Amino acid sequence: MSILLVVLEHDRGDLPVGSLEALTVGRDLAASMDASLEAVVVGDADLTAVAGEYGATAVHQVTNEMLADYGPDAWGEAVAQLVRSVAPAAVMAVGTDRGNEVMAQVAARLDLPFVANCLSVEAGDTWSMTRVQWGGSLLEDSTLTADTKLVSFAHHAIEAAPGGAASPTVKTFEADLDHSYTATMITDRVVLASGVTLSTAPVVVSGGRGVGSEDAFAPLEELAELLGGRVGCSRAVTNNGWRPHSDQVGQTGTRIAPEIYIACGISGAIQHWVGAMASKNILAINTDSDANMVTKAGYAVIADLHEVVPAISAEIRRRRGQ
Amino acid sequence: MRVLVCVKRVPAPGAKINVTGDGLAVDTTHLGFTTSPHEECALEEAVQIIEREGGEVVVLTLGPAEAEEQLRYAASVGGTGFVLIPNGGADWDPQRTASAIADAIRALEADGGEFDLIMFGNESADAGGFQVGVRVAHKLGRPIVNGIKGIEVTPEGFTAHRAIDTGVEVYKLPKPAVMGVKEGINLPRYPTMKGRLASRKAEIATMELNAPAGGQAMLKLHRPPEQPSTTEILGTGPEAAAAIVDLLDELGVL
Ligand SMILES: Cc1cc2nc3c(=O)[nH]c(=O)nc-3n(C[C@H](O)[C@H](O)[C@H](O)COP(=O)(O)OP(=O)(O)OC[C@H]3O[C@@H](n4cnc5c(N)ncnc54)[C@H](O)[C@@H]3O)c2cc1C
Repeated sequence: MSILLVVLEHDRGDLPVGSLEALTVGRDLAASMDASLEAVVVGDADLTAVAGEYGATAVHQVTNEMLADYGPDAWGEAVAQLVRSVAPAAVMAVGTDRGNEVMAQVAARLDLPFVANCLSVEAGDTWSMTRVQWGGSLLEDSTLTADTKLVSFAHHAIEAAPGGAASPTVKTFEADLDHSYTATMITDRVVLASGVTLSTAPVVVSGGRGVGSEDAFAPLEELAELLGGRVGCSRAVTNNGWRPHSDQVGQTGTRIAPEIYIACGISGAIQHWVGAMASKNILAINTDSDANMVTKAGYAVIADLHEVVPAISAEIRRRRGQ
Repeated sequence: MRVLVCVKRVPAPGAKINVTGDGLAVDTTHLGFTTSPHEECALEEAVQIIEREGGEVVVLTLGPAEAEEQLRYAASVGGTGFVLIPNGGADWDPQRTASAIADAIRALEADGGEFDLIMFGNESADAGGFQVGVRVAHKLGRPIVNGIKGIEVTPEGFTAHRAIDTGVEVYKLPKPAVMGVKEGINLPRYPTMKGRLASRKAEIATMELNAPAGGQAMLKLHRPPEQPSTTEILGTGPEAAAAIVDLLDELGVL
């Protein structure tokens, strides 16, 4: 029976939801390939139980003292060695920054093609896939020809779900790594964010070029605070230096998924839209009724944001009796 | 310090992205072009580094002949050397791209000395293959870390910060090193008038290189299905506040 390896991204044993998505997708893919679904765990982390809950029939525990923490070169080399030894039909991971980085490392070392951020895959002699371009604004149909197929699946494209429960056999693989691999190991971590972050906030009040200046964000700050949310912005705003890049929503910024996104003076260019489209509701405040943000939003107010935003805050305070 | 920055020319679509009739490319009839944002920031970072440390910033692009525009732009914001690898106009797959770029780097280093630092964008804005930098670094036998949003030059090499959801991971890389950089590492400068004038005279070296195609073949591009949406207009002035707050209340975020 052929083998589909799923590389589980983890941070010193913490398993992000993306790894569970990869197993979920891998389960169906392995079935379509008539392959066994086997997980790869780099380092000593014990993830056997959860891998089994999601249907992995084996766990390859890839060990070496240099794999105690994350390092792209060490992880890539270790997985490449495992692939040479196990000769799987395919290897996949979740298309996060780290997942794609490890797969690219593996691909470079094995001199094999790698297709990043697939949405769907049809296995066969040659694989056919649909993958993401432009951060999701455009799709690409591709084929992949290789002895071992290497792919990643776009993060958040599906919901992770346990299934096909198995009690995996654990197979230890001792990787052969010399000290040169320590060059790209994590040496330290600095924790910056605490509390609500842009990507987890229930409300995001975002401003675009229409806000006009750094100071003019004060009413947006006030509204966000009243709603326990965060302020976001467009790239036009970060380019003008009005807000830090960490506030930017979009393809090259943060992807958000709030209960409501309030987009003020933002035209809704595709690169902004892909960062905002997972919002459950969108309210656009814009003077231009034809703006892309307005025509794509569920709710809109066609007016000057400088008048509307303070009026919302005032109405909230009035109802709260403040 | 000798730094190389690899950049990609990409179209700059606005509200919509259209595909050509044959489905093989983005329809750029009415579009301008730009440097992929991550790479624009990589270039700015390189220029800031040589402003502090002294040295040179070579900017390399693999693309159509028109990518000269992005190299001239790079000249206007502080690049000092410029290399174009023509690809005939159609995108090359990641393996082919990486082979050609690695060959170019070997030739440039044989001529002008080793690059202390080679920078790529974390991923290109259009194809987003997430691999060319890693492949090039591996071919050169150099360490690479992606997702970099902060670089400090140290006596031993570089301290690099990689942004994650909750903060940063810190890496200490020896020289020579390779990095995949992300937008947000800095705020790229705009060209000055003087820079613009100088960029017209910048000398661009063309390197004719080729490499075999890799195993990924693009068949066709298409737009994702659009969710049909109807927009409910809540008002045309500040009086809409009442309806908005009703909505916030309904959604349970008040
Ligand atoms: C490769 C690439 C990646 C990119 N990544 C991102 C990204 O991650 N995030 C991002 O945001 N952009 C990104 N962009 C940029 C994007 O294409 C747009 O340029 C940008 O989003 C425009 O920002 P904006 O909507 O604020 O400005 P504009 O497009 O200028 O829109 C301003 C809007 O404000 C409205 N307005 C003006 N005054 C008022 C007022 N008083 N009251 C109400 N409305 C008003 C106008 O009607 C208009 O709709 C990227 C571009 C490229 C090429």
